[in-house]
Amino acid sequence: MNQRPLSPHLGVYKFMYTMSLSIMHRLTGLAASVGFLAFVWWLMALASGPGAYEGAMRALTSPFAKLLLIGFTFSFVYHFCNGIRHLVWDTGRGLERAQARRSGAMVVVATLLITALVVWFGCAALAGTP
Amino acid sequence: MSLRSPLGRVLGSGAAKEGVGHWWVQRVTAVALIPLTLWFVITLLGKPLQSYEAMRGWLAQPWVAVLTVLLIMTLAWHSKLGVEVVIEDYVSGHGAKTTLLLLSTFVHSAAAVAGVFAVLILALS
Repeated sequence: MNQRPLSPHLGVYKFMYTMSLSIMHRLTGLAASVGFLAFVWWLMALASGPGAYEGAMRALTSPFAKLLLIGFTFSFVYHFCNGIRHLVWDTGRGLERAQARRSGAMVVVATLLITALVVWFGCAALAGTP
Repeated sequence: MSLRSPLGRVLGSGAAKEGVGHWWVQRVTAVALIPLTLWFVITLLGKPLQSYEAMRGWLAQPWVAVLTVLLIMTLAWHSKLGVEVVIEDYVSGHGAKTTLLLLSTFVHSAAAVAGVFAVLILALS
């Protein structure tokens, strides 16, 4: 056989929480792609006039949509923070196992804190009193 | 032992007909999105979101419009590259893979055009 690298067989690896952080990056990335479409829909509503914008904001502030927005905020913030972790890795730094675990924990803590901040200020902005 | 010449590798003349372009642009757009999303989210959260007049007035400002157009185009590009990697990795059937890649290209192009068009309407009307 040649010396080409094989794609990883996930089943043969012992589970590490860093693995779930890695798959989370892809899942949250996909969620962000859907969020991008929603963002464009919101911009189109704004460009379509006061009636359309009011309708869009009513849809966005229904209880279910608010729950979805909180989930999306968490997802986006995670992708943002973990994306920075990936960019640091691309410079060749932080790739040791212990370092990667530590930066993974930092990403999770930062995501929770920033999500809470965004939700807090988001509620104020929705109430019209930022 | 690889039969590929170093020159061939650099020029990206393998089966994929390209080198590291996809990987690199994903990083370039990622770096650009850090300041763009930070600016957009922080500024947006300081606005009364329910007020049509306030939101319209904000996005109609020249620099806000320029940065938002940049944000939309960079987001669309980064998203397209990311979705492509996921499709290529997990969809094994050739037909399904090609169909989904085409669909992703069309949706991302349409969304980018719609987003930019919306900002232009707000800024120029």
